[in-house]
Amino acid sequence: MNFLSLFVLIPALMMAGLFLSKSRNQIRTVAAIGASLLMILSGILTYLYLTQRAAGNLAEMLFTSDTVWYAPFNIHYTVGVDGVSVSMLLLTSVIVFTGVFASWKIDPLPKEFFLWYSLLSSGVYGFFISTDLFTMFMFYEIALIPMYLLIGVWGSGRKEYGAMKLTLMLMGGSALLLVGILGIYYSSGATSMNILEISKHHIPMAFQRYFFPLTFMGFGVLGALFPFHTWSPDGHASAPTAVSMLHAGVLMKLGGYGAYRVAIYLMPQAAHEMAWFFLILTGISVVYGAFAAVHQTDLKYINAYSSVSHCGLVLFAILMLNTTAMTGAVLQMLSHGLMTALFFALIGMIYGRTHTRLITEMGGLMKVLPFLGVSYVIAGLASLGLPGLSGFVAEMTIFVGSFQHVDTFHRILTIVATSSIVITAVYILRVVGKLLFGAVQDAHHQHLEDATWYERLSVVTLIIAIVAIGSAPFWISNMIHDSVVPVLSQIIK
Amino acid sequence: MDYSSFLQMHEEFSLLGIMVFLLVYDIFAGEKAMKYFQPLALILLVIHTIYNAIPRDAFSIAGGMFEYVPMQSYVKAILNIGTIVILLQAHKFLNEETNRIKRGEFYFLIFSTLLGMYFMISSGNFLMFFIGLETASIPLTTLIAFDKYNRKSAEAGAKYILSAVFASSISVFGMSLIYGSTGTLYFSDLATLITGTPLQIMAFVFFSVGLFFKISLVPFHLWAPDVYEGSQTNITAYLSVISKGSAVFVLFTLLIKVFGHLVHQWQPILYGLAIASITVANLFAIRQQNLKRFLAFSSISQAGYILLAIISGSAMGMASLVYYVLVYMFSNLAAFGVISVIEERTGKVQISDYNGLYQTNPRLSFVLMLALFSLAGIPPFAGFFSKFFVFSAAAAQGFYVLVFIALLNTIISLYYYLLIIKAMYLNQNENPIEKVSSDWAVKLSLAFCTLGILAVGLISGIYGQISLLSFGM
Repeated sequence: MNFLSLFVLIPALMMAGLFLSKSRNQIRTVAAIGASLLMILSGILTYLYLTQRAAGNLAEMLFTSDTVWYAPFNIHYTVGVDGVSVSMLLLTSVIVFTGVFASWKIDPLPKEFFLWYSLLSSGVYGFFISTDLFTMFMFYEIALIPMYLLIGVWGSGRKEYGAMKLTLMLMGGSALLLVGILGIYYSSGATSMNILEISKHHIPMAFQRYFFPLTFMGFGVLGALFPFHTWSPDGHASAPTAVSMLHAGVLMKLGGYGAYRVAIYLMPQAAHEMAWFFLILTGISVVYGAFAAVHQTDLKYINAYSSVSHCGLVLFAILMLNTTAMTGAVLQMLSHGLMTALFFALIGMIYGRTHTRLITEMGGLMKVLPFLGVSYVIAGLASLGLPGLSGFVAEMTIFVGSFQHVDTFHRILTIVATSSIVITAVYILRVVGKLLFGAVQDAHHQHLEDATWYERLSVVTLIIAIVAIGSAPFWISNMIHDSVVPVLSQIIK
Repeated sequence: MDYSSFLQMHEEFSLLGIMVFLLVYDIFAGEKAMKYFQPLALILLVIHTIYNAIPRDAFSIAGGMFEYVPMQSYVKAILNIGTIVILLQAHKFLNEETNRIKRGEFYFLIFSTLLGMYFMISSGNFLMFFIGLETASIPLTTLIAFDKYNRKSAEAGAKYILSAVFASSISVFGMSLIYGSTGTLYFSDLATLITGTPLQIMAFVFFSVGLFFKISLVPFHLWAPDVYEGSQTNITAYLSVISKGSAVFVLFTLLIKVFGHLVHQWQPILYGLAIASITVANLFAIRQQNLKRFLAFSSISQAGYILLAIISGSAMGMASLVYYVLVYMFSNLAAFGVISVIEERTGKVQISDYNGLYQTNPRLSFVLMLALFSLAGIPPFAGFFSKFFVFSAAAAQGFYVLVFIALLNTIISLYYYLLIIKAMYLNQNENPIEKVSSDWAVKLSLAFCTLGILAVGLISGIYGQISLLSFGM
């Protein structure tokens, strides 16, 4: 038993603990302890990973272990991590941890809420640690289905519609994905579903032409690839706070990570050949998402469309197929995960106080809620790429990377995508100005109470992470860079 | 003549012994002993199942009329387990004042259909196969019309017998064509004699109708919704799991054993049937209001997924098929168990009646939710694994387009399964179904099914055992 399996085991134990707990305090204790353990575990993992690399361990994946599961189908339970998955695990831990505190007062049915929440997180962790196509796909689906109940029961607004749309569209994506996975496995002629093993085989080009688009679009649905992004605004807008955080923060990254780890790594030739088509689609995501956000008045919709734009940028950078852009893509996943989680947490906290999310009905909140107000400004600045915060590092790396292509097509696309930075500034500054400054619009808002300790804990944790990546990016970008190189060497080969 | 070789038919003889014993017991037992009738029957069936679950060496007796291969032990064991679960769920129903006198008949009829399926599975000759098929369907008709004063039940019985007899007569016509073109009905001889002449292809088409009817594939499915709705819920469960499970296995073995040379003819036929069954049934299921009709359409589409395993014709396909039936049994019986409890206590079977069920019956809602998730193929429940293996078996033979269409259909199916979950968990209801108390037998059966749904997928040894004994073309 490898210690990486603890990432799946702890949420499972959390579920068992929650199942047995009776009072609200017990539920909170179990959830908080579990989330903290996961946080510590990912800290230890990062430390061990970095020491191993410093000691000169050049293996593609570290801490691997392999257990045969379904021998007739060559399905193994294989785990292993590289720099990209380590950073994703770190991100997940931060968001699961802060999500628990953001839903400290969840009502009704707190026990069921945390049960599904833990199941969701075990799926996400499992996805990031596994290197076997089958287990990866299994964990992917485990992460999807709790969303239906989480949004449907605890959500707000048009929650039934949002939940159904989200679940069905994401399941549609996973249907494409499953055909892709079966195709990859059978056409590669590999003797196991392990990704590292399959990458040594060559999938015939005739098959790659079918299975690359299927796999990429399958993951792309979750990564908000235009035109499959429509679940995202409705789903996020109706989801409860912690679920929006986890979903926009981590789950959408499953799409980018999967596209990188499975689609591009295993079918590099097709990726090279077809990148132009998907680049156009992701380019549309980036710009269209930003424009749509300008138009919205509901805080959650603004942030959901902004997620479409930012996640589009992740896929955009991955498709640039060079080291710099790909490193940028992973940094963007981290950065967007953290700041969008911060946004959703803050929106949830503001909504809990004002009972509205329309910016037209709010104003001058900085005076009444100084802590939340300042945090909102920080999140906004990170989102529009202020140097010193994580967004700058990520977007800078991406655009530098994509500009390394010398042909006109890539350069024009890059310039178009860069315009999203300006549009982002428009909607962020507009919201910040309208929401936080000026006179207090509603008399009821005069006597709102500022953040409580658990809300502060969750917000401060996220801000620390954002600032840490923004001001000291090199240790993490080096870690990612080293792991991106073997994937790209597949394409050059 | 030496009859001792007949004793090798362990399963059949021990089931027959139980049947005769119960019949005599039912007639001669006093008031006091009758109390133990159901527990006794169940215990005997459990012992029978355990004793016969261990595969033996293959043998052929009665001049090739009866052919046993080890895999059949597993299939029969799955049918037995399913029957035990259904009998547990029917326990309360049969203990009621009005049904107590008919209890002996209920058991006898269920066991005779089971016996018929045993013979159908182990047949080595078309005549033997036909006797098994009829032994399985005629007692079933009586069971469907068990509640003879209920108009719907009687109607369902009449519908079933008419269409079943029609289907089997077409099937017999097909057999006669086979005999006409080859001069034999023994499977072992036919394997080389069926070479693909037009007459034989016609014979195959006619013959297979009988089985397609049993499996209720589109377009042979029209009886299913009405019969499912009309019959007593436990019998509906029996129809949808046991009767269907035995038929798909027989179809698979016949296709590879007897019609192996016709592979290029039957593959396109099954291809079309699979797409039609899955798609049509899914679209109809969305519109259903009655849960039993809903599950009828859901089980038609599940049968379509099973065809994906059959179409591959490989050993992997057979293993996935048997595994799929096992998992399908656990999931479907859990769903039917919950529905039968609620129907029996409150008489409600509409989906809208289930609004807000979670508030009053959290445990039953939970079991039903697990069952539906498993039917929809959501991990980590067993249904995910069985679906994956079936798709994998088809993809291994290159049927990527079929797999793709089937997968698109899983989204539709997820939609309508979620509608039930939405009713139970999300919809508000002023006066939901009151708290239902279930007896020990139902609790035991539901606990067993839940365990199956949760564990069968994660424990890979079960599939491993099945795949050891599977065979294909």
